[in-house]
Amino acid sequence: MKRSLFPFLTLCFCLAFFYLPLAVMTVGSFNNSRFGGAWRGFTLKYYQALLRDRDVWICLENTLVIAVTATMVCMALGTAAAFALHHYRSKLQFIHQALVYAPLVIPEILMGMSLLLFFVALRVDLGMGTIFIGHVVFSMSYVALTVLGRLQDFDSTLMDAARDLGASAWTAVRKILLPLIAPGILAGGLLAFTLSLDDFVVTFFVSGTGSKTLPIYIYSSIKHGSPTKLNALSAILLAVTFLGAFISRLVAGRGERADRIVGSGGRRGF
Amino acid sequence: MSARTGGNGRNGRGRFNELLLTLPSLAWLGVFFLVPTLIVFAIAFRPADPYGGIGDGWTFETIRRMASPNYPAIIWRTVWLSAVATLICLTLAVPVGYCLSRIDRRWRQWVLLLVVIPFWTNFLVRVFAWKSLLATNGSFRLALVWLGALSGDQPILFTPAAILLVLVYTYLPFAILPVYAAAEKFDFSLLEAARDLGASSGRAFFRVFLPGISRGLATAGIMVLVPSLGSYVIPDLVGGATSEMLGNKIAQYVYTERNLPRASALSAILTLVVAALLLLFLWWSLRRNRFGGDRKGELFT
Repeated sequence: MKRSLFPFLTLCFCLAFFYLPLAVMTVGSFNNSRFGGAWRGFTLKYYQALLRDRDVWICLENTLVIAVTATMVCMALGTAAAFALHHYRSKLQFIHQALVYAPLVIPEILMGMSLLLFFVALRVDLGMGTIFIGHVVFSMSYVALTVLGRLQDFDSTLMDAARDLGASAWTAVRKILLPLIAPGILAGGLLAFTLSLDDFVVTFFVSGTGSKTLPIYIYSSIKHGSPTKLNALSAILLAVTFLGAFISRLVAGRGERADRIVGSGGRRGF
Repeated sequence: MSARTGGNGRNGRGRFNELLLTLPSLAWLGVFFLVPTLIVFAIAFRPADPYGGIGDGWTFETIRRMASPNYPAIIWRTVWLSAVATLICLTLAVPVGYCLSRIDRRWRQWVLLLVVIPFWTNFLVRVFAWKSLLATNGSFRLALVWLGALSGDQPILFTPAAILLVLVYTYLPFAILPVYAAAEKFDFSLLEAARDLGASSGRAFFRVFLPGISRGLATAGIMVLVPSLGSYVIPDLVGGATSEMLGNKIAQYVYTERNLPRASALSAILTLVVAALLLLFLWWSLRRNRFGGDRKGELFT
């Protein structure tokens, strides 16, 4: 059967559509011209200006503190939630499941707006603490679902085998279950970390005036800052994302390989 | 289904373990997600106080004001921009998903990675990239002028067209992934069968392939439509004063006009619209599962 070229051309078009704007911006960050436009020679001065900007460093520190703490809490709560959803069938789990899925489908602005009202109604001071709470709310479910997917692929006869061979329940969990679902917990954590680093809308609503994160800095620079310094910052963030995506692809590839070695086949078929 | 180990809460220990595993996430989401969402509905009925806080007592004033002509106009603009963006994303996602599912396995992982990376890139950075491209001396606008699609002094930044373009750019990966996931499970020999039985390739595509990936299409639609309806940053940064969306108006009442009850009322409307869409999606997929189709019903996660 003759295959149409149209789908392939659409794919190429979409990839060009995705990457051309990012490429233009990256090139622009090295362009020695104040307002973009034509090429006026290579320069690193925007990068130097960026690195000298103390605000950027403070924002970066805030962003990382929140991302690391929120990710750790998400990994703990999300993994526990996934175990509960996987093992038990009760009315409680029905409600639990609805609550875990809901943050995935609610627009961020509603989450930010409702949290802001909640904190205002309780007269809580806005700042790092409230940002942290918001970030755990929107990323916990991603960890829970990633781990849940891993648990559904997990061969439960392995646990039975461990118990038959004399392991206590806790030893079986620690030695068999946790190592095998660890890639799921890590992948979920990585997702939570990325979401936290990137979040603007929820942070914008619950940050108050004092605490700024990097996305807030970017937003205020777009609104009324220097676009050239922003080009440089964007190019750096792009490079970090590409590196992160590449590494996570390698980690995921290794997880799949481990899966294949341990897996007894046919598990995905149920 | 794999055997479910552990009790179903029949014995006390099982119940205790269940609570131990469930309570942390249940409490966190209950207190910081469910309660705040309900509070939004309550505050829509409270008066505003002059200091930007929430006053005492209850009133229908805010809800009554929602009938004034500029709110329905904003709601309508939000709905049509989101609907058109969703349609464009789906139209692009179908051939791309099809192509991805037919690519050689060795290459596929890397092409998929290329599709996912923009979705991992900082959202504001992507919007900013477009803002510079669409500006008066931006390369994209100049290219459009050169192609004759735009006259020399016609702006594109701060128009609904700019919002639409950036919405599609931002949410296209959300549409491609579920369509690809569905296309990958599609049995392509069915298309050959349809051709052998005399269907034209167009007919085979519309009557066999599209129904075969309908679940992926519906998921993709929801994944684009819902965040578009709630978008705030995109209309705020590339849209103008005449192309505001619901998200802008909410933020404006919170930050500029300091009227929290009015922001709540608009949020409540948005919540209801989104909830209605999600229920429709749930109803559709339950009905579809009951009448055959694949029973596994995997959600795109």
